[in-house]
This record gives sequence, structure tokens and C-alpha cells, in this order.
Amino acid sequence: MSEPILSIHDLKVNYGGIEAVKGISFEVPESSIITLIGSNGAGKSSTLRTIAGLVKPVSGKIVFRGDDITGLDPTGIVKKGITLVPEGRKIFPDLTVLENLKMGAYLRNDDISGDIQWVYDLFPRLKERSWQAGGTLSGGEQQMLAVGRALMSRPKMIMMDEPSLGLAPIIVKGIFDIIREINRQGVTVLLIEQNANMALKTADFAYVLETGKITMSGPGAALLVNEDVKKAYLGT
Amino acid sequence: MNFFKVALPYIISGVSVGGQYALIAIGYTMVYGILRLINFAHGDVFMVAGLLMVYIAASFPLFVAIPAVIVLTVMLGFTIERVAYRPLRSAPRMSVMISAIGVSYLLQNLALYITGGLNKNYPAIPWISDRVTVFGLDTTRVTVITPFLTILLVVALVMLINHTKLGMAMRAVSKDFETSQLMGIRINSVISATFIIGTFLAAVGSMLYFTNYPGVVPTSGGMPGLKAFVAAVFGGIGSIPGAVIGAFIIGICESIIKGLDTILIVNGVIGEQIGLATFSDAFTFVLLIIILVFKPTGLFGEKQTDKV
Repeated sequence: MSEPILSIHDLKVNYGGIEAVKGISFEVPESSIITLIGSNGAGKSSTLRTIAGLVKPVSGKIVFRGDDITGLDPTGIVKKGITLVPEGRKIFPDLTVLENLKMGAYLRNDDISGDIQWVYDLFPRLKERSWQAGGTLSGGEQQMLAVGRALMSRPKMIMMDEPSLGLAPIIVKGIFDIIREINRQGVTVLLIEQNANMALKTADFAYVLETGKITMSGPGAALLVNEDVKKAYLGT
Repeated sequence: MNFFKVALPYIISGVSVGGQYALIAIGYTMVYGILRLINFAHGDVFMVAGLLMVYIAASFPLFVAIPAVIVLTVMLGFTIERVAYRPLRSAPRMSVMISAIGVSYLLQNLALYITGGLNKNYPAIPWISDRVTVFGLDTTRVTVITPFLTILLVVALVMLINHTKLGMAMRAVSKDFETSQLMGIRINSVISATFIIGTFLAAVGSMLYFTNYPGVVPTSGGMPGLKAFVAAVFGGIGSIPGAVIGAFIIGICESIIKGLDTILIVNGVIGEQIGLATFSDAFTFVLLIIILVFKPTGLFGEKQTDKV
């Protein structure tokens, strides 16, 4: 694997008065798909939200492309080239699909028409619905819009919080195909999922998070056949 | 026919007052749209804009005083948000509202201290204070231009909100703070911009409003502020077109009630003055109660009031 684009050192995060992340360290190599799996409350979302700058860590260090980005505000993080596709998609329901995409490019001052075209090529459904309000889209389409919106900032790394949440299996498969496609086009992906099966099949490397600590790690394919992982997360 | 002839002056003055209320109401409705905060200090900012004009126009020519009043009022609005509301960003909404009430009284007390509670004569602004004749009716020019100026400013504001990056950011922030941050929007800047726009319009409104009144006292902001607030609720708080339409309706109704005695006497309904004009203020608040009971979201209220 290549050099890490992101490395996390002994990160501790509090959430609502409890220690949600208890000192984790991991690395995300450039152009890879890395996943953090774990059950509810394992600290996955807190980790991503901290990287995105929404939450300040108690201690630890986040290094992105050689720069210490710990404690930057969300605007600073987006400028550095990291975007988060939030849990539950959180598209802007009153804005049109096109406006939602433009929101994603909020910090850019250059011409974005090429990138809008790029997103429409990735998600032809969005192009058909360009003038519709985001709130009228189906769940799967909203997820596409959330991913497309995140891509509009031209990120070097995209983080996704439970992209499969509440979606039908066939739609989930489509979303994961897109994740691989985005990655193939050079965007590093950090994915967190409860749907461990899909996540492990897609990821190059995976970490298992349990109550705020990393308990296991390994290539996705290896964890997929690991007995402990099977028992705890794959239900087989 | 006779009815319209008698009612016309009241309607024209009502449209004008409505325009002034509209300029204040936008400040309430925009701040509510973004922060879910009823900014009780807004009416007092309007009063301060009036006092600033009194003092600045006393020593400077109007072409200096008018822009200076606007700039200082905007700075006041910006500072209030920065000092009294921003530190409470993650506090319960009730705390911010109480802070707003505190700012409201602070401004009134400061005004009382500075003016000694005396009525301060508002300077006559040439041209707009001049008398003109429209439809055979003698009135001031400000009465005639207010509705047009209001509509012009509202159209500009709606364009800003629908077609600029700042406007898009405002719409996004009003829906969802956190996701807006993930887009790279600095929500504090957007909120500051909202206060700047709201107080700018209130400053313009104060010049139009006080020109028609004898002067400014520390409580001058109370009544127009309350009425503009009712207009914003009536139109559906959070909605700019709603606030403007609500303000015009309230302005016109209230003005007609002021002239109701005269109108009724001329039409032979009643024989003498019975003092119906007293109810012109009460009407606004009866309207508020009716709206809150029958259509709490107002004319153009948001379909969903809670943040998703």
C-alpha cells in the first residue's frame, strides 16, 4: 500500500459526557477504501465527526497529507480536501438537486460546470431530477445526491457515515458500486458501516471498533472470513 | 363612491405605514428563519436608528447623516448578535430569547439616559418631507414613495436570497446548521449577514417612519416593533413575502380603523364621532390572537416548523 493520506494518533473524543472514542490510531493509505465497522455506539460516527471538525477531540492528533489538522473548523477541513457524507444523508430538502450540488461546491470559486457534469455522469438519475426539490427524491436517490454533493468540493478523501442506512439491498449494492467507482477515479474513501458484509467486501483494509477502541484490523477479505467477526457482525 | 373618496387618504397612509412595518418585519422574520429566535431587541434597534438620526443630523448635513445612521445601526445589529446571541449558540432557545429581551431593555434604558426621556424632534428630510398632491389628496412625499421603496428593497432581497451564494448559504443554514458546516459554510458569518441585512432595512424603515411623526422617545420602537412582529407572524414567520404582505394588511387595516368614525359619518351610518379610532392598535393584537388560534403557521408559514 502507498503512503497514508490520513493518520490518526491516539484520538480521544467525548460525546455527551461519555468517552466515545478511547484512544484509537489508524491510517488511511492514499487511493484506498478503508472501513471502520462496529455496532451502535462503538464510536464510529464520533471518529468521523471529529475528523470533519464538527467535534473537537479531547486529545490525539489527526494528520492529513502531512499537515496537522486537529481542531480545524469544518470549513478548514473542507478546504484541506476532506468531506463527510453525513449519516441520514441530510440533503437540503427545499433546495433543488442542482442547488444541493452547488452547495457542495460552496467554497469553490472556479468553474464547477464540469464537475456537475461529472456527478450527473456518475448518477444519471440525478440529472433527470435536476430541478426537483431534494426532499422529493427517494432514499436511494437522496444518498446519491449526498455523495454527489460531497464530490462537488473535489475532495481528496471522502468520508461516508452509514451510506447503506435504511436502503433496500439492491440500492445498497448500487451505492457500493459507486463507492468503488469513485475510488477508482482517485478519491480515497473512509467508510463506516454497520452493514459489515458489504463494507468488508468493498474495503481494502478494515478496522473493527468496539466501545471506543480498535479491537481488530486486517484486509477486508481476511476479516470477512474471521470467525470472531463473523459471529459478532456478520450474523453467520 | 363617496366611501372611497373619504377612505382614500386612510388607505394611502395605510399602505405607507404598511411599507414601514414591512421593513421592520423582514428583520424579525429573517432572524427567526435562521436562528429560530424572536429578536425582541429589533424594535429598539429601530428606535436607536431614529435617535442616531436626531443627533447626527444636528451636526452634520443629511448626505453625511443618512449613510452614517445606516452604518451605525448595522454595526449595532452586528454587535448585538456577536455579544448577546452568539455566545448562547448552543444554549436552549429560551435563553437566547431572554437575552434578546435584556438587550431590548438595555437599549431603551440607554436611550432614556441619553435623551433624559424627552421627545427628540426628528429632523425634516428635504424632498421626502415635502407635501405633494396625489389623486387630489394632499400628503407628504414619503407617504407616496414608502411602498415603492419597500417593494424595491424586498425584490432586491428576494433576488439576493434566491440567486446569490450568500442567499443559498442562508437558505441552507436556516434548514440545517451542521450539514451547512459540512459544505464549508461558516454559519457565524451567515448569521452576521442576516443581522446586517435586517438592521439595514430597519434603519431605512426608521427614516421613513419617523419623518411622519413628531419625534423619537426611548419607547418609540415598541409599538412599530410589536406590529411588525405581528405582521411577521401573520404572514408566517420565516417567510419574507409573508412578512411584507402581513405588514401591508396590518398597516392598511389599522389606518382605516383610525378613520372609521369619519368614514361612517360621511356615509350616514353613525351620527357623531364614537371613538372607534381607539381600537386601531387593539385590532393588530386581536388579529394576532385570531391567527395564532386558527392558523398558527400564518399565511405562508413553513410546512414543517421543526428542524430535521
